[in-house]
Amino acid sequence: MPAPLLELRDLQKYFPVKTGSLLRRKIGWVKAVDGVDLAIFAGETLGLIGESGCGKTTTSKLILLQEAPTAGTIRFDGEDVSTLRGTALMQYRREVQVVFQDPYSSLSPRMRVGDIIGEPLEIHTNLSRRALAERVAEVLELVGLQPDLARLFPHEFSGGQRQRIAIARALATNTRLIVLDEAVSALDVSIRAQIMNQLEELQQRLRVSYLFIGHDLATVAHISDRIAVMYLGQIVELADSLELCAKPLHPYTQALFTAALPAHPDERHQKLAITGEVPSALNPPSGCRFHPRCPHAMPRCAVETPVRKEAASQHIVACHLY
Amino acid sequence: MAELLRVSSLQTHYTSFGGSRVIKAVDGVSFTLHEGETIGLVGESGCGKTTTCLSIVGLLPSAAHIVGGNIEFDGEELTKKRPREMRHIRGRRIAMILQDPMASLNPLFSIYLQVAEPAFYHQRVRGRSLRQRVRDLLQAVRIPSPEVRMREYPHQMSGGMRQRVVGAIAMAGGPKLIIADEPTTNLDVTIQAQYLEVLKDIQRESGVALIFVTHNLGIVAKMCDRMAVMYAGKIVEQGSVRDLFRSARHPYTQALLGSMPKLGSKEPLFAIPGQPPNLARLPSGCAFHPRCAYAMPRCIEEEPADRSVGAEWKARCWLTAEDPAKEAYAGATA
Amino acid sequence: MVDILDPTRAPAAVVAPQEFASVGGRWIRLARELPLVPLAILVPFILIAVFANFVAPYDPTEPIPGAKIFEPPFWMPGGSTQTLLGTDFQSRDVLSRLIFGARVSLIVGVTGTIVAGSLGTALGILSGYLGGWVDQVIMRITDAWLALPALVFAIFLATVVGPSMWNIVIILGLVYWTRYTRVIRGEVLSLREREFVKLAEIAGGSRTRIILRHILPNVMNSAMVLASLTIGVVIIAEASLSFLGIGVPAPQPAWGSMLSDGRSMLMVGDWWLTVFPGVCILLVVLATQLLGDWLRIRLDPQLRNL
Repeated sequence: MPAPLLELRDLQKYFPVKTGSLLRRKIGWVKAVDGVDLAIFAGETLGLIGESGCGKTTTSKLILLQEAPTAGTIRFDGEDVSTLRGTALMQYRREVQVVFQDPYSSLSPRMRVGDIIGEPLEIHTNLSRRALAERVAEVLELVGLQPDLARLFPHEFSGGQRQRIAIARALATNTRLIVLDEAVSALDVSIRAQIMNQLEELQQRLRVSYLFIGHDLATVAHISDRIAVMYLGQIVELADSLELCAKPLHPYTQALFTAALPAHPDERHQKLAITGEVPSALNPPSGCRFHPRCPHAMPRCAVETPVRKEAASQHIVACHLY
Repeated sequence: MAELLRVSSLQTHYTSFGGSRVIKAVDGVSFTLHEGETIGLVGESGCGKTTTCLSIVGLLPSAAHIVGGNIEFDGEELTKKRPREMRHIRGRRIAMILQDPMASLNPLFSIYLQVAEPAFYHQRVRGRSLRQRVRDLLQAVRIPSPEVRMREYPHQMSGGMRQRVVGAIAMAGGPKLIIADEPTTNLDVTIQAQYLEVLKDIQRESGVALIFVTHNLGIVAKMCDRMAVMYAGKIVEQGSVRDLFRSARHPYTQALLGSMPKLGSKEPLFAIPGQPPNLARLPSGCAFHPRCAYAMPRCIEEEPADRSVGAEWKARCWLTAEDPAKEAYAGATA
Repeated sequence: MVDILDPTRAPAAVVAPQEFASVGGRWIRLARELPLVPLAILVPFILIAVFANFVAPYDPTEPIPGAKIFEPPFWMPGGSTQTLLGTDFQSRDVLSRLIFGARVSLIVGVTGTIVAGSLGTALGILSGYLGGWVDQVIMRITDAWLALPALVFAIFLATVVGPSMWNIVIILGLVYWTRYTRVIRGEVLSLREREFVKLAEIAGGSRTRIILRHILPNVMNSAMVLASLTIGVVIIAEASLSFLGIGVPAPQPAWGSMLSDGRSMLMVGDWWLTVFPGVCILLVVLATQLLGDWLRIRLDPQLRNL
């Protein structure tokens, strides 16, 4: 098995919660990410799914070095990312990019599109202006836009086109991993399909990896090769996409599937087995974090945190049922 | 079942720049809703679904006006109503649920006050019966311990709870029709599922009719009896949800259905080429023709008429004028 | 018959944007919506100031040979068409002095605003973007500066460095920069959280690059609106300084000093020495304020769209 491109090991991010205005005493921690193990391989798409408060945004920030982990490591190409300095750090920034959810605030309003796309190139390379413009044109074509649109400003484009520009920008510097943070969630249905097809095509062509973060199961399952399900800062299940859809093992994953909207009015409707809402990460439940809402909870679940096990081939789950 | 709402050839236009620019946000929309029925108004951004709803309740912004058509609700013609009369109808007989619960609730007032308000003003309920009413409403939307929750404020509740409170407020006036405009867009998946169950229960118990505005076909499949697909200000197809999901007749409806990712399937998504139209500069003839795989010369010249293609099933497409046995596209949507 | 759902059908590979808002079209639309009143006032004043040498009938600093002192304007008894608006206590032509005075007021107004604006915007950006102790230091300095009464401070500086037109420009710049800093800092604080700034940071952009490429262009709108509103204030400040005798030194004409010179004659009935310069100050400041208002309304909705 080839080495993973990006590897997260025992990753933890705790945010301190302070009270008082002057002395700011610490009264607790928000355990946003609490022991996450993930690996992304070259040319694959790993889907990360979960509801609000599960920690997927924090995970993304950790990968993008916008936050430093409290514990655990992030390795890119085998190297610990927190030790990177200088040129090695720039190399990482060059090879790992992100596309955010909101197409209307991702592009600098007063810069021409060509400059926006070319900016990473300007930062990381010494290309001449001519070479830069050529590369920008190349990337624009890759995402299905005419090269001469480079001289226009962002506000002259629609939401879907802006996301294409954002993707072009993410690809400009021979990127190897793109974090797609709810990148298609704000788009109209038909445009979403266009962008997803485009992303898949780009992956085939360029062998770029994606970390696809989303909340819509069908969308994430469609584009991902493997899916990781997160709940309250932990990964509860990790499996191949089709395998997960055929046989979700963790009760939370099963709940997500039950809650997912049907694709057809004739689909048989199941009653949702879980109730209530996601508890606060400030005071997560003891033992298995899902136990208060789990329909299959056993006494053991409140006491002992389940360990991740390989319940089936390449199918990892953290649950006492297995 | 009795007919509750009949919209006929509704036209709502936005004028800007002193009349120099007219945007036909709603251009000849007609549909019918019966008591207790749920209809899904489906379309992407800019298709006119929200403007249609605002036209019905009389809450159009100052730049927009109803320039034609009729809205018959419960035997009354809404387009002829004065603002004061509409105020009595809104909240009492027609209620709205909007997308952002935090924006729909007043942060300064308790839950009790906000849920009680419609009953207080429209039905003149007071005192103990008012408190009981609020308790019943909160229970109907499945908020646990309503007595305690009544005294709380919006910021003390989660998004899902707040949206349920908005639902309770909508029901407080005892309406016959609720218009829900993308109510679950901001909610988590499991919370959305719970909320939709609540809506279904409310509907079953009270018999209220529901117009569900959404761009998500999954919600339509789950919640609605009938659906109307809108594009560029017109309804391009309407009929029962089953009929449309099984064998939609309009290429846009088929395309929408084809672009939905289906759980457990890696089949490539169908992506409609091009962009949604610019309402200020609509294409000639059928507004969908630049993106339509079946476009014929006639589609560029003439706007298709709304014609019946089945029981309570209409589509606006020149293809329906030909042999209806064209099943080439029927199988793909099942 | 093409299957519409055939996935091998290539979607439109070439996608054109909604509308090509051509640059030319945009300027033409702008021209139709220009504010007429402020421009009707300002444009003549600017032209007169620029072409003062050609427009003014006399040298403003030299007494007119053969003219009396305190001659009234031509439509009053005792006036003559040689000196349209009368003469002052040194038989200098009031009209010519007004015209050259316009030059002083406008130059000081504009350049003083540029100095104040540049300094204030730069400090506001640094304060807002860098945060931390830089922010604290700059904010405290701003607070302290604001506590000083502007005009008194200007007077103090003027007496220290001595009056000359360019000294006044710098002094006024130093007095009025604080207006910008607060506002720009606020904007930068919110800009900093916008995604395109975060993206630039993630891409590895240096702070200098982000400030110059992303922050500065997006605060320019606010800076320009502030500038147009400040010009009026600076012009009045200059006039006040000149009025007090520590502004632009004699014999160079300035509206403020003309006001001061004519003050004593007001009681005697020679009103033209004060009213004309006063009206000029009024018109120019009014026009810049109206222009600033228009600019604010014009630029704001666009800002929101962006």
